[in-house]
Amino acid sequence: MSGFLGVLRRELRLSFAGGGEVLTLVLFFIIVGAIVPFAIGPDRALLASIAPGIIWIAAFLAMLLGLDRLFRPDREDGTLVLYRLADMSMASVVAAKVIAHWLTTALPLIIASPFLAMILAMDGPTFARTVVSLLLGTPALAAFGAFGAAITVAIRRGGLLAPILIAPLCVPVLIFGVGAIAPLGGPDQASSAMLFLAALSLMALALSPFAAALAIDWGEE
Amino acid sequence: MTQGQVQQRINLRTQGLACGRGDTPLATDLSLSVPAGSALLLRGPNGVGKSTLLLTLAGLLHPLSGSIVFEGADPEAGPFIHHCGHRNAVRSRLTVLQTLKFWADINGPGDLSLATALDRVGLGRTADLDAAYLSAGQERRLVLARLLVSPRPVWLLDEPGAALDAAGRDLLATLLADHIERGGLAVIATHDDIALPQTATLTLGDRA
Repeated sequence: MSGFLGVLRRELRLSFAGGGEVLTLVLFFIIVGAIVPFAIGPDRALLASIAPGIIWIAAFLAMLLGLDRLFRPDREDGTLVLYRLADMSMASVVAAKVIAHWLTTALPLIIASPFLAMILAMDGPTFARTVVSLLLGTPALAAFGAFGAAITVAIRRGGLLAPILIAPLCVPVLIFGVGAIAPLGGPDQASSAMLFLAALSLMALALSPFAAALAIDWGEE
Repeated sequence: MTQGQVQQRINLRTQGLACGRGDTPLATDLSLSVPAGSALLLRGPNGVGKSTLLLTLAGLLHPLSGSIVFEGADPEAGPFIHHCGHRNAVRSRLTVLQTLKFWADINGPGDLSLATALDRVGLGRTADLDAAYLSAGQERRLVLARLLVSPRPVWLLDEPGAALDAAGRDLLATLLADHIERGGLAVIATHDDIALPQTATLTLGDRA
């Protein structure tokens, strides 16, 4: 347990000590969302109707951007070798990293989402549902991302490969994430989409540490 | 030495061991026997497979053939090997003390306090410094502190003396002598002369 907390503490320190990385991701998230009104014109009704999708896409892209620093720096400086000889399983290392990844990429985006909601002319209730769906869905994105980063960590310059690999895995998250905000056929479907989203996150969080640990162990040999 | 705890006594034995990178064999047909309380110095020219052999012994690479046995290792007691490679795993934006604390956390702390370990390797005054500001020799000293805070009976050191000054090399020899005296085992790849009791030397690459 002290090892798990040790990894978590280190990851959070590394992300927040520099300060720049977290802020960069948040700015990227806001800029992606802010560009859309310029591209499709200032039609408020249209913007409001596609806003949930835009916020989800912006969050998805911003989280992909942070993937490469999940395992690669550790591999380059030798920390990954230490983890393999550490008195803790690789799966718990990955689990700690997934939690830290969510805290340092997803959570700041959710905190910054009111800015996007304003720019995209969202109404209050829709925005509230957006925040809930992001809270429920982004853990799945973090977990899938860790899996993709673990598979590609042994590949030199594999930084762009991870997003491509995990994009198909993340499609259901986007479908249910947006479905939970903007119901097509009544409020009942929104709540079941929300449940699906939560189920996806739980499943991804439970399985990805083991899958990623296996990928790292194989990749290192 | 404050580190009074009883260690497992582990003997290393290999039989017909061949190690290499990918399918390329580097060192072949190694039958080593290193008993607890002794050290083995690995010597040989660059590229002969010293580092690869250490990685293989640590279980980080699969042997191409042959077997590695650590006799007396208690499977319940957790990992028993320290491996120190070329890369020091020291990251900027963490202080020296935070780095050492992190290593103690993941490796399981012993009964030596972090501050004492830092003092012992001569880094006591740099504890709150960003680890990125350490010189190459100081980084190696920090790595030595990692060996002290989590007692493990088997040390696999890859050129531990590189970048160390004369006092640093003396420190390394003292730490190794202490380790061996407590029944520890060490395999050291080095180009330096390390004066140690109970030492055998294996020179790789002179049988070709």
